[in-house]
Amino acid sequence: MFWDTLGYIIIVVGVAFDLLGCIGLVRLPDVYNRLQAATKCVTLGTAFLLFGVFLVYGVNAIGIKALICAGFVLIASPTGSHALARGAHKGGVKLWEGSVIDTYADENKLN
Amino acid sequence: MIDILIYILVFSSALCIYRMGRGPTPPDRAVALDILGTLMVGFCALIALTTGKDFYINIAISWALLSYVAAIALAKFLERKSFDE
Amino acid sequence: MKFIGEFIMLFGIWLLLTWSLAPAQVIAGVVVTLLVTGLAGDIFVFKASRAFNPVRIFWMIVYIPYFLWYVVLANLDVAYRVIHPDLPIRPGIVKIQTSLNTDMAKTFLANSITLTPGTLTVDIKENELYIHWIYVHGKDVKEWSEAIAGRFEPILRRIFE
Repeated sequence: MFWDTLGYIIIVVGVAFDLLGCIGLVRLPDVYNRLQAATKCVTLGTAFLLFGVFLVYGVNAIGIKALICAGFVLIASPTGSHALARGAHKGGVKLWEGSVIDTYADENKLN
Repeated sequence: MIDILIYILVFSSALCIYRMGRGPTPPDRAVALDILGTLMVGFCALIALTTGKDFYINIAISWALLSYVAAIALAKFLERKSFDE
Repeated sequence: MKFIGEFIMLFGIWLLLTWSLAPAQVIAGVVVTLLVTGLAGDIFVFKASRAFNPVRIFWMIVYIPYFLWYVVLANLDVAYRVIHPDLPIRPGIVKIQTSLNTDMAKTFLANSITLTPGTLTVDIKENELYIHWIYVHGKDVKEWSEAIAGRFEPILRRIFE
């Protein structure tokens, strides 16, 4: 009973993080900031959701699969977003005009 | 109560689709697609929770794998390079 | 030795995923795992002498809660910036230097940086990482490195080097 309650609380927190991440995706000004908000919040939200499913079901087929899926999401999602940021920068997308510094563009010009 | 959570996730997906249609540059759309994939994994987990069928978790795992591969391929495309580099 | 370690790891994941010991499942698992280790085993960076060292496993277990604590902090930080009506952001791309040498350690450092407060790895060249930071403060490479990578490097060095 205790683990069920804890699992449902973690699931609600995860869904709340998902919603905040998607609000960030709509509100923030350029692609890098959107990637920041969306990746962090949605990755952690989904990992929490899967961990909550593990807590509700305990150690059986569904629970273990949810745990493995949570680990995979935590490892793969940052790598994917890193690749997208690099691709966007090399493809020539400028930073937002309020940005203060861009050492990456300076270095690439020198080479 | 899980119904409310599913409605919240549907609203989040709608925000993603808004960014996908509106996004001024191609990377914006790619990012929205990647995030939508991760949201769908959470969706499958919630449906597995309500129905108690374990194949929804299998769908979630394969969806996570596919969305990762799609993100890498889209990043290569945005970099304007060929795939074998 | 390398292939045996990979085989044990992949077969363990297969058993957890199928969650049954029926003969058909086990035989299919052995065949698929042998195929994967035979075809793609060279790509994977894996040293069995390192992976099964108890000291490293102990530090890995210490690292996970430490890392999750910073991930939760990161989310609260980003959530605050997203909800705030004025959007208090001051973004920019900065360069930091790391003293980690192995590829695995650098991969984990980059992933940890992406998931922690307001930072996103854009590229890695040798020992330099380019980081998109949502609220830039500090002036030169040294201060940036200390602020972004300082809290993970000691533990990651104990795990992977």
